[in-house]
Amino acid sequence: MFHPTQHLLNKEIKEKRFKNLLSTLTFFLFLPALIIMFWLFLKGFPALSWDFLTQDPIQGMTAGGIFPTIVGTFWLVIISVLVSCPLGVLAAIYLSEYAADNRITRIIRLAILNLAGVPSIVHALFGLGAFVLFLQMGTSILAASFTLAVMNLPVIITSTLESLKAVPHSFREASWNVGASKLQTIRHIVLPNSIPGILTGLVFSVGRSAGETAAILFTGVAFYLPYLPQSVFDQCMSLSMHLFTISTQVVGVPEAYPFATALVLIMLILSVNSISVVLRSYFRTKRKW
Amino acid sequence: MVNMKKKKIEIKDLTVAYLKEPVIDKLNLDIYENEVLAIIGPANSGKSSLLRCLNRMLDYNPAARIKGDILLDGESIYKDQDSTFLRRRIGMVSPLPVGLPMTIKENVTYAPRMAGCKDSSELDFIVEDCLKKAALWDEVKDRLDGLATKLSGGQQQRLTIARALSHHPEVLCLDEFSIAIDPVTTMKIEAVLNELKKNMTIVMVTNVINQARRLGDRTAMMLHGKILDLDQNENIFGGKAKDIKTQEYIEGLFG
Repeated sequence: MFHPTQHLLNKEIKEKRFKNLLSTLTFFLFLPALIIMFWLFLKGFPALSWDFLTQDPIQGMTAGGIFPTIVGTFWLVIISVLVSCPLGVLAAIYLSEYAADNRITRIIRLAILNLAGVPSIVHALFGLGAFVLFLQMGTSILAASFTLAVMNLPVIITSTLESLKAVPHSFREASWNVGASKLQTIRHIVLPNSIPGILTGLVFSVGRSAGETAAILFTGVAFYLPYLPQSVFDQCMSLSMHLFTISTQVVGVPEAYPFATALVLIMLILSVNSISVVLRSYFRTKRKW
Repeated sequence: MVNMKKKKIEIKDLTVAYLKEPVIDKLNLDIYENEVLAIIGPANSGKSSLLRCLNRMLDYNPAARIKGDILLDGESIYKDQDSTFLRRRIGMVSPLPVGLPMTIKENVTYAPRMAGCKDSSELDFIVEDCLKKAALWDEVKDRLDGLATKLSGGQQQRLTIARALSHHPEVLCLDEFSIAIDPVTTMKIEAVLNELKKNMTIVMVTNVINQARRLGDRTAMMLHGKILDLDQNENIFGGKAKDIKTQEYIEGLFG
């Protein structure tokens, strides 16, 4: 007969306790998100209306809607994604599939890690110096988008690298073995099997750009504009900046307005993120190994 | 006599090192056309590295340092050949089965498609021909559009062989091809190899000594990156091995 020793019994108890500890902690992580959403809904929902979404702010931003800020955020996000996605994905493909592991590529990898750790306000200063002044873009949508793109590059590169690494090396080798070139192997073997991860990373970076304030502060976002941007060389308003403005800089804004603006921003980001969840689960059903 | 035959591959003073210790040490070896050369030897003796040199797969291992030269039909594979062209001439079957994450049919037609073949009737022919040669056709002919990764390990291994045959290699390298295959199927494939050697040169690394005895024309015994013994099978397995270690290895006394 098997009689568990005291040590084995203790092990079981510890196992249970540890598991309970982890699940409790995880639940508490969920709590702040829940409270924030609940609070925003409670405070902001009354002010939310079709007019709020589609009208310009009026009377010194104490009334009206937030339409130009939504438009501006879209401009910024789309252009920054158009710049950072190809650049980031191609750089990751180079680092993962072509680059040799030598001092230069190690320095590049380190630089990418460090870039991810740079605070967004420092990115803003870089953008001001590099895009606004040196490249003479002026404070414009273009300069702000480029700054956002630079900020997002390390995130995209890192997530793409992870997805590429998740494709087993044996697949690449099997492809090379039959005389396929590296490019063919990337095109037919590596990319089709890493695209879900790459897309997920991209979509999350979109969410991050939409919410970013500091990086666009000096580079292209206006406090208030009486007109919609006509080209990428115009300034624009943005949801995140507008939230800051009406919360702290303008007197006489109805209490519900900042909450409603925050709610719109957060719903926008959540819906973008949920696209990535849908994409991931779609690709998971099509997973081939 | 094998010795009268044309040299297909000449390996000259080949040295391969990953770290400091060479895994292949100044190795010289001639492989003749249409022969089956079996390579035996204990783990870590450099057998697989040798095969990976033949199709330049070691090019992609930045840690590997290669010296010496390998000639295929008298031309250096390192200097005179593009590596992707070379790999079409040398079929490689790795020890672990790799079904690429696509359908069975796409797996077998992968090499021809990558070489630009778009003719569907030709591709269909290649699928049937190669799968039959790899003794897999009967099991998968009704589900060619099923995922290759859903096949069992042994089936995937035969698929790997079919894929290696699909680009009509001149030399077929097999690294432990029977590791995931049951004895009955192994015998089927061995029969196929006996058929194939009429038109191609076969180099096979094996840990199954009887397989070397059954299939090989000649057998090479490798140890510590050197060829300890290389002779006709009659001699190696006929108690006339030149090196006592080979004799012991074959008899299972050492290894």
